[in-house]
Amino acid sequence: MHASAVDFVLDLVQNSVEAGASLIDVEIDESTEGVTLQVSDNGCGMDAAQLARALDPFRSGGAKHPSRKVGLGLPFLKQAAELAGGEFRIESVPGRGTMVRAMFPASSVDSPPLGDVTTLFVTLLGMVGECELVLHRKRASDGLSYTVRKSELAEAAGDLATASGLSLVRQFLASQEEG
Amino acid sequence: MAKMTLEQLRALRDSKKQELDKREVEGKDIQIIVGMGTCGIAAGAKQTFDGIVAALEKHNLAGRTVVRQTGCMGLCYVEPTVEVIAPDMPNVIYGKITGDLAEELVVKHLVEHTLLENHIYDKPAVDIVKK
Repeated sequence: MHASAVDFVLDLVQNSVEAGASLIDVEIDESTEGVTLQVSDNGCGMDAAQLARALDPFRSGGAKHPSRKVGLGLPFLKQAAELAGGEFRIESVPGRGTMVRAMFPASSVDSPPLGDVTTLFVTLLGMVGECELVLHRKRASDGLSYTVRKSELAEAAGDLATASGLSLVRQFLASQEEG
Repeated sequence: MAKMTLEQLRALRDSKKQELDKREVEGKDIQIIVGMGTCGIAAGAKQTFDGIVAALEKHNLAGRTVVRQTGCMGLCYVEPTVEVIAPDMPNVIYGKITGDLAEELVVKHLVEHTLLENHIYDKPAVDIVKK
């Protein structure tokens, strides 16, 4: 199981990339009620039967590892959110895309710590692929709110596959996070 | 630090560009691949990825290095795993590279051109390799 809430997001975005999405929207929202994570994409989507399989830990999409018997990204998130008394929702339309949302209540001792958002965003931006990533961040305690787009950052900082580009973006994101 | 704007980010890039250009003529000849499957993420691969990027910048290797992510390499028991492909060095998959070891890995393998002992796992698990 993942140690921090933002770790789950990485798994979700990988799913979106594998679903062939050209636009992935990520939201990390810390409110007084708790932490909400949301990932939506315009990938291939799933029908009801595929959706049920996606939540089964002993099933995997299988494209990458045909013989593999487990797929833990979504099942882990669902388990963690429900264990903490929060919410887990997934909606998907074949051909249109998928939306996953999880909420971890601040009042529950079983909610994982949020984790390092800057590190998460740097990792997401370093992922292979041409798709556009839109990252939204909100923090109610000090009114922090920002949105960054992968295309804008790549244009300003250079190739995000290189360590130099990522390192510049890291500084940029850290300054956003400090508010 | 005040919130940086995209213009400031662009300016920062330009200010570093001169030193980068010097290195970029050599091309990007180093590849670092971090295993970012569910197992890797749970073991802290995100911190490893971040640590590697920071260490490359610190040791002036950022301009010639491509940092990539991949899924599970089948070595879940020694995550986080990192594969390093560099000229004049064997291709190595390192295991148990937590964030705090990221800089040591960069220094040993890419600066001192030696291997990081006790972390070498050589190649991916058999079910990952294409027959």
